[in-house]
Amino acid sequence: MSGWIDVGSAQDIPRLGARVVRLGALAIAVFRTADDAYFALDDRCPHRGGPLAQGIVHGHKVTCPLHNFVIDLESGSAVAPDEGCARRHAVKVEAGRLMLAPAMAAV
Amino acid sequence: MLDFTAKPRLVVIGNGMAGIRTIEHLIERAPDLYQITVFGAEPHVNYNRILLSPVLAGEKTLEEIVLNPESWYQEHNVKLRKGEQVEMIDRRTREVVTATGERVSYDRLLIATGSHPIMLPLPGGRLQGVVSYRDISDVNLMLDAARRGGRAVVIGGGLLGLEAANGLMKRGMEVTVVHLVDTLMERQLDKTAGDMLRESLEARGLRFKMPAQTQAILGDDRVTGVRFADGEGVAADLVVMAVGIRPNVDLAKKAGLHCERGIVVSDTMQTFDGRIYAVGECVQHRRQTYGLVAPLFDQAKVCANHLAFSGFARYEGSSVSTKLKVTGIDLFSAGDFGGGDNREEIVLHDAGAGVYKRLVLQDNKLIGAVLYGDTGDGAWYFKLLREGADVGQIRDRLMFGEGQESKAGGGAKAAALSDDAEICGCNGVCKGTIVKAIAEKKLFTVEDVRAHTKASASCGSCTSLVEQILASTLGDYSEAPKTKPICGCTSFGHDDVRRAIVEQQLKTVPEAMTLLGWLKPDGCHVCRPALNYYLLAAWPGEYRDDPQSRFINERVHANIQRDGTFSVVPRMWGGVTSPDELRAIADVADKFQIPTVKVTGGQRIDLLGVKKQDLPEVWGDLNKAGLVSGHAYGKALRTVKTCVGTDWCRFGTQDSTGLGIRLEKFLWGSWTPAKVKMAVSGCPRNCAEATCKDIGVICVDSGYEIQFAGAAGLHIKGTELLTKVATEDECIEVIAALVQLYRERARYGERIYKWCDRTGLEIIRKAVVDDLSQRRALFARFAFSQQFAQSDPWAERAEKRTAEHEFAPLAELEVA
Repeated sequence: MSGWIDVGSAQDIPRLGARVVRLGALAIAVFRTADDAYFALDDRCPHRGGPLAQGIVHGHKVTCPLHNFVIDLESGSAVAPDEGCARRHAVKVEAGRLMLAPAMAAV
Repeated sequence: MLDFTAKPRLVVIGNGMAGIRTIEHLIERAPDLYQITVFGAEPHVNYNRILLSPVLAGEKTLEEIVLNPESWYQEHNVKLRKGEQVEMIDRRTREVVTATGERVSYDRLLIATGSHPIMLPLPGGRLQGVVSYRDISDVNLMLDAARRGGRAVVIGGGLLGLEAANGLMKRGMEVTVVHLVDTLMERQLDKTAGDMLRESLEARGLRFKMPAQTQAILGDDRVTGVRFADGEGVAADLVVMAVGIRPNVDLAKKAGLHCERGIVVSDTMQTFDGRIYAVGECVQHRRQTYGLVAPLFDQAKVCANHLAFSGFARYEGSSVSTKLKVTGIDLFSAGDFGGGDNREEIVLHDAGAGVYKRLVLQDNKLIGAVLYGDTGDGAWYFKLLREGADVGQIRDRLMFGEGQESKAGGGAKAAALSDDAEICGCNGVCKGTIVKAIAEKKLFTVEDVRAHTKASASCGSCTSLVEQILASTLGDYSEAPKTKPICGCTSFGHDDVRRAIVEQQLKTVPEAMTLLGWLKPDGCHVCRPALNYYLLAAWPGEYRDDPQSRFINERVHANIQRDGTFSVVPRMWGGVTSPDELRAIADVADKFQIPTVKVTGGQRIDLLGVKKQDLPEVWGDLNKAGLVSGHAYGKALRTVKTCVGTDWCRFGTQDSTGLGIRLEKFLWGSWTPAKVKMAVSGCPRNCAEATCKDIGVICVDSGYEIQFAGAAGLHIKGTELLTKVATEDECIEVIAALVQLYRERARYGERIYKWCDRTGLEIIRKAVVDDLSQRRALFARFAFSQQFAQSDPWAERAEKRTAEHEFAPLAELEVA
């Protein structure tokens, strides 16, 4: 599988919120920030596997609900001094639709 | 021609800890705002001046105390001109003039020139071998002298003098300390502690001549000895003057800036010329000058805030504590410990064990502490002192330290622990890891340690241990801010924010953030939930809850588990259930294949391992049997635990179950600063364990004892008796008033027992018991806000499909 997949309306995710796209066994968290930027990461915190889609979104960051790891949405990396990285997936909005291109290794 | 695109120029005079700390904060806040040039008279990068004593004593090397290496300056485009002296500030042309006559322009100027060591104007004071103790070059001179061996005289028995003497002795010199008065470190210690210190230093080999006034330093071109006013003398190859420091105001004074003892600055760290700022040991703020690190760092933060045009932070002075950095001697001093009419003292003196503790109290507050021999509780006393906490309630146990305040795990003393001792049980961090991080990453504050090691980052109960480790590793540590900011997004504390919300009629999270100058437009996971709560509590019925500012548990009304599933706890009023309810729970567990069903500590049933997308249906089924949300996930009323009381028990004195149910039905649904657990026991045998709850009731034959401020988690603490009432109605009125006062006054995340500690039992009792009109008003406000709070969030989501997006995936795709 490759290319862009329509996963829903851009309005389906609240501002400062996130939702999950399930792709077989894989869960991808899609985030929407206050400035209506969209990001997609594996829904697994690099720390202990917490579901990032359930975290609080602030700036271009999300805080994992399990142990407050802060992950940078743009890079997927934990904010220093924490370490670790969640895999990124490409996401864009076209004509109000949310388009996701899961990283190839994901499938 | 003027270049309007050029960045404004910031010139810093002084490459020391205060100046560079300011620049660090400034860069963090506004990375590209200024072109920054730093002049440093010393030919070094910024180093940790506090650690000169360990260098002298041979416990650390010069490299180890460097704070900002050359690469730091380059990375941040800070131009460092080390070894260059600024000779003059020309305020008219806004230029500084260097020793070579070069003129460098500034738009903003920061003076951080530190202090001069005081050199006594003694005959022979300029002889070779007479040094001060202030910087790396002094230490090098002393180390040179020590290599040749011989005798040293240190003039000054204060902190600095004793550290110098100890270092020189360790380097093999024979050292005599000369002190003007008969108590060592008389600004920090009383006579008893000073004498104990002297004894133990003498046992290590230091000699003392005190009280003694130095009359002359002897010698032709090199020093050979010292003569005292009483005619006696002592031979010396090295004389160290460590009698104190004097703010270095030379440049400022020449430039016509108002100076007294130091350069006089405002609460925004500005001098009388608004373009010129000053921080550190050279300043005088509200008549105080400071020579310790914590206040300088506070000043740096405020100054940076102002330089970054944020302009809301204010420096309001610091309280300071002192610790002597002589390995093996434990000494701590903080606050004011002189005698006085309305002051009281608690003293413990065990000469045999070498332990002395003196606490000074005024109006039920700790205002001073001297600890010798056992300083493990220094950080705790300092916290009580700084916060001005009411210690009236714990006065009888105060002397025995925080361990006596029933902290889980007891009050282990950090210094005595081995490197592999676990400090933070939540995150599995041991002492060695923390010590290493402090040394390698140059950490100064508990927040730094928390960020780098995760120690004390979860439940926080090891914070004081971490503070102790920080203190013993750094040598000099004092946590200073009196009002702790909510988080890194603001410099306002919880109380400031709350006040602003009410006074300025702030009605939304963005409004509050804008008015209070939040640094990040949408805050973070720490401040947003707090703001949401404060707004909710201030404007019941008016404020619309912001789900995106709620922690996941409160957003989806269930408890997230480590595997991402949730737990569901239905409410069982007063802990009473029925066969129908139990059948409904069993059916739900079967239908949704819920793996674990468990009885909780609060007399409820917990369904664990529910998938998020099943939650609305699980709730729908439970609702059909009359079960509603138990709020086991929220900062809210959790449970009212009861015993069976007069219904069944042969000892019961009142209907404890009935009262528990009434209380729960009245109080449920309200959001509180932290969770609230309650219990009602039918007699003093207390089977419902009401005396370790946030609020508890003990029924007695003549009525109801209302207890509160207990805890049985991180801390174990019995409740305090609030009052005794005669009727159930009155009992409910007092408890609702208490909950409302807690909702209005406590800080977000602060349990009732912590709030009570901070506020004082008497103040709370006066509001909810003694002052009947205030009690009634609190009760009315609580009842009003309950109108809007008592709607079952489960039913809203199960029937009305509110917030449906929370529970369903955005999309489910087939893997091709």
